[in-house]
Amino acid sequence: MHPPPVRAMHWINAVAIFIMIGSGWKIYNDDVILGFLHVPDFLTIGKWAQHGLQWHFFGMWIFVLNGLAYLSYGIASGRFRHKLFPISPRELLKTIGDALRFRLAHDDLTHYNAVQKIMYLGVMAVGVLIVISGLSLWKPVQFSELADLFGNFQTIRVVHFLCMAAIVAFILVHVTLALLVPRSLVAMLTGGPVVSPDGGPAAGAKARAAG
Amino acid sequence: MSPHKHPPSLFRPQALPNRSVLTENKKLIDTVSRRNVLRGTLSLGALTLLSGCDVTEEAPVQSFLRTVSAWNDRVQGVLFRPDHLAPTFSPAQVVKPPRFNAYYPIEEVKPVDGATWQLELAGRIANKQPWTAQQIYQLPEQELIIRHICVEGWDYIGQWSGPNLKNFLQRIGADLAAKYVYFHCNDDFTESIDMAAALHPQTILATKYAGDIITDPFGFPLRLRTSTKLGYKNAKWIRAIEVSNTFTETFWSKQGENWFAGI
Repeated sequence: MHPPPVRAMHWINAVAIFIMIGSGWKIYNDDVILGFLHVPDFLTIGKWAQHGLQWHFFGMWIFVLNGLAYLSYGIASGRFRHKLFPISPRELLKTIGDALRFRLAHDDLTHYNAVQKIMYLGVMAVGVLIVISGLSLWKPVQFSELADLFGNFQTIRVVHFLCMAAIVAFILVHVTLALLVPRSLVAMLTGGPVVSPDGGPAAGAKARAAG
Repeated sequence: MSPHKHPPSLFRPQALPNRSVLTENKKLIDTVSRRNVLRGTLSLGALTLLSGCDVTEEAPVQSFLRTVSAWNDRVQGVLFRPDHLAPTFSPAQVVKPPRFNAYYPIEEVKPVDGATWQLELAGRIANKQPWTAQQIYQLPEQELIIRHICVEGWDYIGQWSGPNLKNFLQRIGADLAAKYVYFHCNDDFTESIDMAAALHPQTILATKYAGDIITDPFGFPLRLRTSTKLGYKNAKWIRAIEVSNTFTETFWSKQGENWFAGI
């Protein structure tokens, strides 16, 4: 269900996100947005703020290049279209209801429920927004057209910060659920259940990737 | 396969080690206590938590990160738009006084004596005659109401005026094809910018803030203000300007900050 490029890009992204969040917290601590919120030093990457910046501007290359490869692959192979769409409002309500009653079905890993589809699409949108806001923070003059979309400089910082918070929230849910259903974690390492040839277009995508 | 018979573990050695090792090292083995091993494991665990901070300053890691930072300098040079102007603001938005920033607190600022101060010129410059403050005040002034962005994350709108740097470099016969312009300062601070940024229309040698002569903490009598660099590149209390093709690490780049620092 997860062709090799998807698995490789997933784990590269995990490393990139680790670097970006750890170093981002170091940079954040230098001039906090929320007066009461300082990130404990042991959770940050880099000895001083400038080292946090060094890591951040190294990690950005991995995150952006890997992210572009992932989005291009997901769109070109049809993986996004087949795995994340359609999302029916009725299925969404049913999934939420099942989740609240702890009756969420996960016997078929290859099929994402409506909440999963929305979470994955949502985190991808946040990923795009964190890059756009990051570019605006890095180059508010050279990319002033981009920075103008947000208003003033501090607004861009807040947007970048909220995107980080959303990604951290996603990771907490994502990792918790992966640990609760260990087969899903194994699937991201080994590829998971083979999608049968009559399993629809997703199988075709896999075959193309393998070929 | 019988359910009760396990295949030999992959991790079990095929041949056992020579047991004489145990007698030869008996003294050492006796000192190994469970408590110490546990304690050691704990510190090892703690070390992995701290590795994020510790590993950064290891020479190979720091060398790698600085190589990436130098690569980012080149990328920023390519992204730079020589004629693209930074946003400007209205006098009503100007923060007075400006926000202080230096590598030491405001109480430690050593004021410059404007009467004896001279701007020295060095490097690839045809006319190296020094300039007094009065001579500089007589040059045509340009006013900039621009955003100051600090690498830490804060910003404010400031109103700066003084001679345009490109005009000044032309006037003194500087080699405009050279790569770098260095600013040597009274507080043992040196920063440099690339020539493209020096020639940008919004780069000035500021002598005034909000219409008045700049006060001591903010760089009296002469400081750099450019709309295309982070705050720390804007040298204050300038005593000499040097035009050069040679790259030398600057005050902040030596500390690991990005040299180009373009915004």
